[in-house]
Amino acid sequence: MVALTGAETRDYSRFVIARELRRDTLMATPLLDDLKSLLGVDSVLHRPEELLLYEYDGSVETARPTCVVFPRNTQDVVKIVKLANRYNVPIVGRGAGTGLSGGALARRGGIVIGFSKMNRILNVDIENQQATVQPGVVNSDLSAAVAHAGLHFAPDPSSQRACTIGGNVAENSGGPHTLAYGVTANHVLSLEMVLPTGELVRIGNAALDSPGYDLPGLFVGSEGTLALVTEITVKLTPLPESVRTLLAIFETLDDATETVVDITSGGITPAACEMLDGWTLRAVEAYVHAGFPLDCAAVLLLEVDGTCELAGESAEAVAEICRAHHAREVRVAKDAQERDLLWKGRKNAFGAVGRLSPTYYVQDGVIPRTKLPATLRKIDEIGKKYGFQIGNIFHAGDGNLHPLILFDARDAEQFRRVLAASDEIIQFCIDMGGSITGEHGVGMEKDRLMPMMFTDAELEVMSRIRDAFNPGGLLNPEKIFPSKKGCGEIRSRPLTANGVARA
Amino acid sequence: MTFPTRMTVIVGSEYVRSDPAILADYAVDGCIPVEVAMPSSAAQVAEIVRHAASEQLPVIATGARTKTGIGNVPRGYHYAVDTSRMNRVVAYDPGDLTLSVEPGVTLAKLAEVLAEHKQFLPLAVAFTDKATIGGTIASGVDSPLRHFYGTARDFLLGAEFVTGDGVLAKSGGRVVKNVTGYDMHKLMIGSLGTLGIITRLNFKTFPLPTGVRNWEVQFASLDGALSFRNRITTSHLAPLTVEIMNSEAAGFAGGHQTSGVGGARWTVACGFAGSREVTARYETELNRLAGECAAVARVVADGDDPQKGLVRSRCDYVDSALKANPSATIVKAGVLPSQLAMAIRAAEDAAAKNRLRLAVNARSVGVIYFVFLAGEERGAARSAVLRACAELQGACGALGGQATIPWCPAEWKSGLKVWGPERSDLSEMKKLKNAFDPSGILSPGRFVGDI
Repeated sequence: MVALTGAETRDYSRFVIARELRRDTLMATPLLDDLKSLLGVDSVLHRPEELLLYEYDGSVETARPTCVVFPRNTQDVVKIVKLANRYNVPIVGRGAGTGLSGGALARRGGIVIGFSKMNRILNVDIENQQATVQPGVVNSDLSAAVAHAGLHFAPDPSSQRACTIGGNVAENSGGPHTLAYGVTANHVLSLEMVLPTGELVRIGNAALDSPGYDLPGLFVGSEGTLALVTEITVKLTPLPESVRTLLAIFETLDDATETVVDITSGGITPAACEMLDGWTLRAVEAYVHAGFPLDCAAVLLLEVDGTCELAGESAEAVAEICRAHHAREVRVAKDAQERDLLWKGRKNAFGAVGRLSPTYYVQDGVIPRTKLPATLRKIDEIGKKYGFQIGNIFHAGDGNLHPLILFDARDAEQFRRVLAASDEIIQFCIDMGGSITGEHGVGMEKDRLMPMMFTDAELEVMSRIRDAFNPGGLLNPEKIFPSKKGCGEIRSRPLTANGVARA
Repeated sequence: MTFPTRMTVIVGSEYVRSDPAILADYAVDGCIPVEVAMPSSAAQVAEIVRHAASEQLPVIATGARTKTGIGNVPRGYHYAVDTSRMNRVVAYDPGDLTLSVEPGVTLAKLAEVLAEHKQFLPLAVAFTDKATIGGTIASGVDSPLRHFYGTARDFLLGAEFVTGDGVLAKSGGRVVKNVTGYDMHKLMIGSLGTLGIITRLNFKTFPLPTGVRNWEVQFASLDGALSFRNRITTSHLAPLTVEIMNSEAAGFAGGHQTSGVGGARWTVACGFAGSREVTARYETELNRLAGECAAVARVVADGDDPQKGLVRSRCDYVDSALKANPSATIVKAGVLPSQLAMAIRAAEDAAAKNRLRLAVNARSVGVIYFVFLAGEERGAARSAVLRACAELQGACGALGGQATIPWCPAEWKSGLKVWGPERSDLSEMKKLKNAFDPSGILSPGRFVGDI
């Protein structure tokens, strides 16, 4: 087991089922009555069988809420929050539940606020290239709604056909095309939000450079610990005139990673630069039939865009670098259909892997891109050391890794070793000058790893910010910040539906 | 011989200044500090702030002191923390396009270091000659290049800073993608040192574009200029800069001598880059679009560095305006791009009504720098400018935007709302201020809402 900076004793408290918080689900409490009279009986779920789905998100964590409610508008949210304050129960916001770090799980029980009924696009302003949406709007629905005007919402997590923009804001979601277009924070102009105290506030402005602190910069990515977002004004981005999608096929992993290093340092910023290793590729091909080669060590899925002239030039420059690193073949998608098929392979990869193993654990470490070759070699070594198959499918252009460790969670000993292997990968990322999460968030999955990145004094400054907005700690408790050590009951992870995860 | 002060113990007596002549150089809106300390490390900054906090003495961090005029007059000013000795490039990984620097590094030095690897930071900001990177971030000044590259919040990856109670803290990291913890570094941008004193900044760097070309297209009317602007933004072209200025502004911005040709009053300046083939496409398209909008003249200039040439002269716009007329009052407005015309007309009305000259430099994204220029007589000028500012701020507010006054004579500030009307999210900002600087010693009073 590796020594973790600031986490010498492994803390398994997060796996403890907090039984004392479960009991209240059995009670027909006055809180439930109040919620039902506020929202209607159909908008309050509280029976165990109704809550089952809401115990999960896309991560390996689980936590059962006391109830799940579905507000229709901002005023409902304000009233729910005020009720939660009166009864002193936790509140957790939830979009589509596709998150990968337990951000939308009710770790301390309480009210989960599901935003699925607040799913209207409130305003589209084509002229100024922006839109205002409710938090429950599905990411790809917004892009579809503005495509007629040649615009789109740029952040494109792999779960974009399910995940909500509210969830994207909470997690500061990325996606394959954030390499060139930026993550969610780069596209949010203004937020309407309900503070945990029940106050309704609006921060930022649709017009640029509103004076004062960059509050949207802070609240986007705060993982639902500072406020519940009820309205979001985002920038819309023009669709490029031309897009070229390339698939470069390599015989060795090193050739592929060194290609990425050279593309980056050569000053070319592709719109996307994704890597799939040979093992993952075979899993994906068996599922998606995208025409991926079955006998190579790795492929790079590269996309360049811009004017026809620029996209053509960039495609040639990228292909040249691939060939200089012994790419066996560089295929260029002939049309939109071929392009979509290649992307389908990429975006459904987690689902494909889910067919092969009862469980997998996804990491989300980040490294400087120059360290890519060394890091992938290290991951391979770690897999061999612990005896796990590790697949790699990730945002190579950002240095954002997603090693998928395959294991059987019903075996507690395997679960323990998976965490050890995963920690060793994360420790290596940090040693390389990287980070513990590039886009999935800290949530309840990585809170215990925070001391690897931040000193106690730094965590204390961050907790002052949380306490300034979330003074009672009612909103999304026990997330981001390392929680106290528990007694160490290991739960064996129940099986989940495969392929719900996003990259 | 003076008594050794706490500052001399912390940074060494050779790095403490208390000579009145030198102190005057550190004046902020006429307020003069008691002592200047020149720390060499983040640890020293933390020690200075801890001492200041324990004694409740206000601290203002300074870089090259080119933008200390931004903001309200400080409520107090005891220590100036001059960061110019903290001027190391701590790490630069050209292959990864990431950079970590201390706040006192000048933009000029940075440009030099990055140019060796054909890279740059897209911060073609006012006072580029002297400014430090710390001051550039703390003041939040923007750049014409934001049209393509965005602003500092889009490429600042992380920061280290000292809070008002002397805690050395950091957020973000040195990788291009990272969601670990709260993004406190974004709060350092434009907050005038009211939340923390910056001791380190990490950036994503960019390849220096090659084949840069700049266009200036002249129009007889604002409508013509804006219609050209609209056609560019709805085209597939992705220029580096697009700015609209009137002839008064073109004078400050080193505009070409075609100003005035054929009755031209408005100029759209537009920069783009790329290979011969890529820029040829730009030329063809821009020519066509300009023709559709009844342009009266066109000028093209080449240059490989976006921070030189025409972009450079436009980022000197503020400096030139202030140099030409020390009582020049600069209003920075933010409106939706579709409201550019209304905001500019409101400024023209305010100028005409109050008999002021007006320079207009509008970034296509909806950020406009207006300069009100008065005649000789300063007393009469004051009241005219104050009225014009209030009228323009009111008009921008009515459009749903906002207007601040980053530069004006310090003695006029008592009659102005330099940050505009009180904001509805002020209480959220005050919560943050209190979390970062509980005793309120960092740049007190200078920020929005007297924070």
